[in-house]
This record gives sequence, structure tokens and C-alpha cells, in this order.
Amino acid sequence: MTEITSLSLFELIKNIKEKKISSNEVAKSFVDRSEKSKKLNAYVTENFEKCLKLSKEFDNKPNFDLKLPGIPIAVKDLFCTNEVRTTAGSNILNNFVPSYESTVTQNIWNEGGILLGKLNCDEFAMGSSNETSFFGNVQNPIAKDLVPGGSSGGSSSALAANLTPVTIGTDTGGSIRQPASFTGTVGLKPTYGSCSRYGIVAFASSLDQAGPMSKDVKDSSILLEVISSFDKKDSTSIDFKRNNYSSELTRNIKGIKIGIPKEYRVDGMPDEIEKLWKKGIEYAKDCGAEIIDISLPHTSYALPTYYIVAPAEASSNLARYDGVKYGLRSSGESLIDMYEKTRSEGFGEEVKRRIMIGTYVLSSGYYDAYYLKAQKVRQLIKQDFDQAYNKVDAILTPSTPSSAFKIGEKSNDPVSMYLNDIFTVPVNLAGLPGISIPAGADKNNYPLGLQIIGKPFDEQTVLNIAYSMEEKINYKNNITDWWIE
Amino acid sequence: MTIDLKTVKHISKLARISLEEKKAEKLANDMNSIFEFIEKLNELKTENVEPLTSIAETTLRFREDKITSDNIREKILKNSPEKNDDFFVVPKVVE
Repeated sequence: MTEITSLSLFELIKNIKEKKISSNEVAKSFVDRSEKSKKLNAYVTENFEKCLKLSKEFDNKPNFDLKLPGIPIAVKDLFCTNEVRTTAGSNILNNFVPSYESTVTQNIWNEGGILLGKLNCDEFAMGSSNETSFFGNVQNPIAKDLVPGGSSGGSSSALAANLTPVTIGTDTGGSIRQPASFTGTVGLKPTYGSCSRYGIVAFASSLDQAGPMSKDVKDSSILLEVISSFDKKDSTSIDFKRNNYSSELTRNIKGIKIGIPKEYRVDGMPDEIEKLWKKGIEYAKDCGAEIIDISLPHTSYALPTYYIVAPAEASSNLARYDGVKYGLRSSGESLIDMYEKTRSEGFGEEVKRRIMIGTYVLSSGYYDAYYLKAQKVRQLIKQDFDQAYNKVDAILTPSTPSSAFKIGEKSNDPVSMYLNDIFTVPVNLAGLPGISIPAGADKNNYPLGLQIIGKPFDEQTVLNIAYSMEEKINYKNNITDWWIE
Repeated sequence: MTIDLKTVKHISKLARISLEEKKAEKLANDMNSIFEFIEKLNELKTENVEPLTSIAETTLRFREDKITSDNIREKILKNSPEKNDDFFVVPKVVE
């Protein structure tokens, strides 16, 4: 039999339900492999012992009606987990132990999932390479010293290395889709309002959204079905009829109209990405889709808009870290001195940079010129998509303008790092669902992803197109276990 | 537009982040390159565009003003860096 850790979530569930393997065997396999994989630095906090114990308890009293029966799952360390340390990759939350559970993780435990551990991420999810984490860089299992993407870098690394069967990330400007693309895995950002933000450490509240990351499209559909729910505890959670995404999953996408936005052909885009996109268009045609050229004229304004809106919201959200009620406290002579020293020592460089930008654009005299302006341009970007969706059902683009880069390669130049999110950011600004699926490799054999963007609340179509194309593309990661000790 | 050292220091005061002189200079440089990139938005005329304030087109819901959590005082206080009985402790603020 294939190794347990390389099975898909769907296969694991099937085997557990048919009593071919026990939850404890599954938990043991993932714990063992995770123990041997410390070099990846994917975990911030391990929950291995508790996971093994809970898996035994599941086996003693199994419930096979659950959607994730006794499945161990590691999650991004941005989700608050009751009684388990939650750091958001930051020194300021180094010792924070929540007394409550995020709705998304609670949904997973309610369906039989078991917490395996908390995964590394960029500090407060601000980054595209996992290099801003207080807990150190994460290795991409594809090759040594390659970034796993970010901000959900621990998640993508653990997933691609088979340390967890599936995982969840959060995506504010591409933080699920870009790391998925960099590691040859699948990552879905749902429509804004689908998955509750309750208990997720907030970065930019009008953009943040949790979503599944998995080895294939079917697994993402299973996990989305579990985590997507209306939640009164999140004031922007939306009460809409959610599909049974996994049972309604189909490869029949005949006649579906897929738009190709000409503005995504950006200057300086490597040939490989252009080729990948063209190949993707051919695959979509082979699947029975109709290809239509569209225009999203304000695309090039998306990143500048994002870099006003996201830091502004972040500066406001992160005002709560003051060293009083929880988290790090530095000693100071007065209250203000204590605040200033705590925040200076507790936050890393990128987080401080974004708080400064956010504070500046919201400060007296600049609000209209920056924040209000950005909100207006955000409207134009959303209208671009609204108009495109009069003609098409979904949109196909590359996920990222390049493959994974080396650790340290871009960390000194914030703007070049920000450009990584050029294809993913517009989707967050417009609140749309988007998925990244592996679609090929570059000359170094590093994976490249394609992104499918859908209409609001139409995750099903996005998943169906991805499911259909995935079969045609038939991409397999080539991972050598180079990090195993 | 350029952000000078004085502005950076003012902003750091507003953000309650203490800043060393050397770091302030680097931050000013970074902020200038980021704002140079942001200035692109000025190419667009937006006088007649409604700002998009929320992507979820819902009005905020009301709920009853009712306590729903148990007494979790001890759990909450457990995370505080410094406490005294049932209180959070901060540096003295009254002379």
C-alpha cells in the first residue's frame, strides 16, 4: 500500500470509513513524518501528543458519519485555538494562549478533525515568502533554500511535504493562492463572507478570508464544505445557501464561458508564465469551455490600492497590541513609554512598515488623498469584474508572475516583494472566490500555478473548472525528501 | 512627494512605536519608494465614484444585549503580562 501520508484526504476518509486504517495509525504516520521534518521549520507549535491521544479516543468511539472522521490536520498559526498557543508568527504574541476557538477551526473539530499543530506564517500574515515570521524562514520542500510563498508558507510547506493531509490558510492579498502555486498544491480563497473571520488574528478586515489548501481539487471541496458557514459572531459573514461542494463536484464544464483578461499580460512577465497561461487556455478548451477575451481595465491600479487599504486596516487592527492585557510587554518609565517600547520590540520590520504606512494614510490631512481615493479605485476594480461577469462565468489567469524564489532574494526590496501578488490582489479587493492549481513547472522544475476566479458565491463553478483542468494537466510534484533526517 | 525624517518620527509617535534614528532613515526610504508606487492612483479621475467601503453588501445585524460567555475572567487574566488580583497592572499614570 502507498504510504499513509501521501494519500489524499478523500482516500484517507475512505480508508478510515472502511476500517482499513485507524485514525491513530493516520495520526502516527503524520506525527512521525513531521518529527523527521524539522528542517522545514513548518511548525510553530506542535500538538502531536494530544493529537495521538484524541485519535485513540476517536478509534474507541468512532463516528463515521462525520465529514473528517479522525483526520489529523495542522492549521496556520493565525487561527485562535482554545488552550493552544497562537502566535500569528509574531514576537508580540509569543506567549498568547487563547481562551476561545476560531469558528473555522471549530467547524473542523466538529466534523471529526484533530489538531496536529500550528503552522508557521509571515508575521500577522504580512508577507509573500514567510520571511517575516518571528519563528524563522520556512523551507519549500521542492528545493533547499527556496521560499514556500506566503503568508501561509508553513501551511504550503507542510502540505507539499506530506506533513498534514490538508490545511487551512488565510488570504488577504494572495496568501493562500501564491504559496499553493509555489509548492505545486491547490489553494482556494472563498468569496468574502463565506468563512467566518471570528477568531482569526485580524490583518485587513475587509480583505481577510480563510480557505482550504490541499493536494488536489477534490480535497479542497471537502474542506470548504466543512469550513464555510454563516456565523453571527462575524458581522460580515454572509447568510447564503452553501453547496455540498464535494458531492456536487463535476468535471463536466461543457459550454462554460472563461474570460482571458488582456491586462494580466504584464510588462516583464517571464516567457514561462506566458506559455503556461496559453497552455492553460488550451486545457480549458479541451475540457469543453468556451474562451472569451475580456478586459479588466483597472488591473494595474490594484496593487497601489491594496497597499493603502491593507496597511490602513492593519494599523487600526494592530492598535490592540499594547502590552496590557496579553502578549509581550517591554518595561517603560511611563504608560506611553511602555506602549512604544512594547510595540517596537514586539513587531518585526515589515509589520512596523505597514503600520507606519497605514497610520500615515489615515492621519489628519491625508485621509482623502489616500484612503478615500483607494476606496474609490477599489470600486472601479470591482466594477471591472462585475462587467466581465456579464459575459463570462469565470476568469483564467496565472497565479503568480514567477515561480518560487530563493530565501533572501527579495527581502530587501518591499516593492519587488509586493509585485508577487499582482494577479491575486484584485480578487481580494473585489471579494471574489479564486483558486490556484498546479499547472506546470519552470526550467528549474519549480511548480507554477494557474488561477481561476469566479463570480461571488460561485465556488462550485471555480472548483468544477479546476477539477476538470486538473485531470487534463495531470501535474505531479517531484519531491525527494531531501530534508528528512 | 517625499516623506522626510520629521514626518516619519511624527507618524511613529502616532503609531506608538519607538524608533531609533538609524531605523527611521531606512523607514523613510522604504516609505518613499512605496508611496512612489502608490502615487499611480492619481492618474485616475474619481470625483464621481462612490467609495467601496464594504464588499459584503449587508447592513450590520443587531443582537440582543445579552451575556453569552461564561465567567472567563481567570482565563483572560492568565494572558496578562502583569496582574494584581483581578486587575491588569500598568505603569503609574497619575503623579
